[in-house]
Amino acid sequence: MADLTSEFVGIKSPNPFWLASAPPTDKEYNVRRAFDAGWGGVVWKTLGEDGPPVVNVNGPRYGAIWGADRRLLGLNNIELITDRPLEVNLREIKQVKRDYPDRALVVSLMVPCQEDAWKAILPRIEETGADGIELNFGCPHGMAERGMGSAVGQVPEYIEMVTRWCKQNTRMPVIVKLTPNITNILYPAEAAKKGGADAVSLINTINSITSVDLDGFAPEPTIDGKGTHGGYCGPAVKPIALNMVAEIARHAGTADLPISGIGGVTTWRDAAEFLALGAGNVQVCTAAMTYGFKIVQEMISGLSDYLDAKQMALSDLVGRAVPNVTDWQYLNLNYVTKAQIDQDACIKCGRCYAACEDTSHQAIAMGEGRVFTVKDEECVACNLCVDVCPVEGCITMRKLEKGTVDPRTGQEVGDYANWTTHPNNPAAQAAQ
Amino acid sequence: MPNTQRTPGVVQGRLPAGAYDQNFADMVAPLDPHEAAVAADRCYFCHDAPCTVACPTSIDVPLFIRQIATGTAEAAARTILSQNILGGMCARVCPTETLCEEACVREAAEGKPVEIGRLQRFATDTLMAKGVQPFTRAAPTGKRVAVVGAGPAGLAAAHRLAMLGHEVTLYDAREKAGGLNEYGIAAYKAVNDFAQAEVDWLLRIGGIAVKNGARLGRDLDLGTLRAEFDAVFLGIGLAGVNALRAEGEDKPGVRDAVEFIAELRQASDLAALPVGRNVVVIGGGMTAVDAAVQSKLLGAENVTIVYRRGEAEMGASAYERDHATSHGVRIVTHAAPLRVLGNGAVAEVEFAYTETGPEGLRLTDQTFRLAADQVFKAIGQTLAGVPEGLKLAGRKIAVSGPGRTSLKGVWAGGDCAAGGDDLTVTAVAEGRDAAMDIHAALKG
Repeated sequence: MADLTSEFVGIKSPNPFWLASAPPTDKEYNVRRAFDAGWGGVVWKTLGEDGPPVVNVNGPRYGAIWGADRRLLGLNNIELITDRPLEVNLREIKQVKRDYPDRALVVSLMVPCQEDAWKAILPRIEETGADGIELNFGCPHGMAERGMGSAVGQVPEYIEMVTRWCKQNTRMPVIVKLTPNITNILYPAEAAKKGGADAVSLINTINSITSVDLDGFAPEPTIDGKGTHGGYCGPAVKPIALNMVAEIARHAGTADLPISGIGGVTTWRDAAEFLALGAGNVQVCTAAMTYGFKIVQEMISGLSDYLDAKQMALSDLVGRAVPNVTDWQYLNLNYVTKAQIDQDACIKCGRCYAACEDTSHQAIAMGEGRVFTVKDEECVACNLCVDVCPVEGCITMRKLEKGTVDPRTGQEVGDYANWTTHPNNPAAQAAQ
Repeated sequence: MPNTQRTPGVVQGRLPAGAYDQNFADMVAPLDPHEAAVAADRCYFCHDAPCTVACPTSIDVPLFIRQIATGTAEAAARTILSQNILGGMCARVCPTETLCEEACVREAAEGKPVEIGRLQRFATDTLMAKGVQPFTRAAPTGKRVAVVGAGPAGLAAAHRLAMLGHEVTLYDAREKAGGLNEYGIAAYKAVNDFAQAEVDWLLRIGGIAVKNGARLGRDLDLGTLRAEFDAVFLGIGLAGVNALRAEGEDKPGVRDAVEFIAELRQASDLAALPVGRNVVVIGGGMTAVDAAVQSKLLGAENVTIVYRRGEAEMGASAYERDHATSHGVRIVTHAAPLRVLGNGAVAEVEFAYTETGPEGLRLTDQTFRLAADQVFKAIGQTLAGVPEGLKLAGRKIAVSGPGRTSLKGVWAGGDCAAGGDDLTVTAVAEGRDAAMDIHAALKG
């Protein structure tokens, strides 16, 4: 059993699995259940400033897309920050932290963009004994229209400013939660760093309409015949989140900024991928909302088995894949592969053929008795056949060794060479 | 004292009153919409799909399953019915395990094919529940076609001809249209009077006048039909039954299985239908299985199918055989009947074991007897009442191409015509294709 003990910006937790600031962490009751189930930490659902709490809609606040057997693939919400009084939340946070001292308890905050507002709330969070704060600069709906959430997160200067206010007014670690609804994740990440953030967490939810009611002609979830964009999350957003995490992890200006990875983490494997791309821990929401808190047990056993099998410590995994994330221009253009079909594994569905013949390079032949074979002289190794084949491992990519001739180009496979030196590149530097 | 399974002789009401409904309920439950979505999601949408190739009517299976998956079951039904107008019945009675589902790549991959038959039923049931006949007739051609036999082949031919604008008169010897769909398949395969519902739905295309009680050779003759109509299609099936050629086969209690199946299908009260305590079914095809299983479900204590060759040679598929044995039917192979014994009604059947030698099947000296108060003969049907002048191929009407007989203007299809398996789906394909050929001929 690998040691999964995690320390993130000085906050210790028995494992790197935290629940993200979201509906599952809105109340003492839920958080106690989460800790009892084994979650390493919790980011308490976002608190607003003192005064009358925000209100939520009273119709459906979630929308979803599903697979055929109702497997939930993506979830969207139009819920706002906590709609319970600040006082109640603070009392509960204090009580929970006292009862679960070994667990991480971070408090998410969103107050107006005025220093006084932040100065007012920070001491009250400190008083609860919470381990840190997370600045919610991400929520894309409702609060953004009031100048908070992603309205801050989309303006790097605001991020920097508010982060600085927080760092100046609290001893607690400050994690800045980033919105993906921007053009380049590096700008908000750099701004957070400039403001003194201890870490960033990402991604928050993505602006989205999950579906349209084709009878009522309204986006879903529909409230009295109208709908609005909500925040998208769940397994469907993982690839977007992984890329943004990787961008921050490999960018020189932000590489040393700790990252809490968020976005569609559903299994131990998802978590391991975020960690490998540089996240120090992960935060989970949709998977818990879909299956309940018990899923953390699979995440713990799965990550532990993986680390044992690799004979790695948790810290060895963090960032392990970052050096292998590069720009397209540095990819080896002399790395030549060809698809090959394992005839024993092939079930003769012909999807590779249809995909290649109709939409790619006409590099698969269909022979007598539905025998499908790759035409090396046409195959550009695009991988589409591998991706559409229903049998895992049936179609694989075979690397052509250096010195062999690629039947498609007639060229010998050579040493590493990339676009920066390619003759077709007008900006190429001649190697003279 | 009420009858039980152990009451000797051929008697009615062997089971408690409620048992009949339960025993003769839908053999395979219909899929509900969610089950259909999940089942449809398993389809890989194969290129040049093997299931479609395996279907005698060439239904575009991947397309109709994708239409189900996207929530458009009625579009799926149109895809099915455009190839096979009896797609609803075929979904229930096709031996899918030896056709589309055997060819399914998931059968190769994991031994569990996509449930094509059940999905087809889901689609066609959805459309038929709306009472919609999705096809309309072309402009009238002024041509008249006689279709003789309102079984699967005749119905398919009639519908296609009507659709193409011809006027069809559909004759059938029996009281109801439907042929073997109505009279020849096990009740639990087409519950709720599905065969008649399907015929009624099919006839909504219009342009088809149905004349029941008109038997070729008795009430109709081919010469007159040829004179009165522009074309004639024969889908007269196989009305004769092979004899056992065993001593004593005329004893009371010995019957044709097809007759028993038809009687059962038409019975308004199954509790009133008599069945033996010890039933012996002789034969190895689907009819043998249907007769045996239904005897068991009516309350027979012991039911045995006896077949003269091995399991592999049986006409009933492995799936059908499992269906029989799982209902408590015993299957004895390599045995042929010698004598039907009994003082008056049948009491026993004596069999000899067989073996296959160089000269073919032969009887051995080893014999055994099975107690029997009812014996069903299911050793195949034969063509009966063939009009003169039609050339035969073997024991069936000779056809070339899409059902052309040796007589000009006369087509044939279904079980009465040579070639193809004697399956509902094959009959539909032959009726449809003959109709297209008739249409081409009539257009000149």
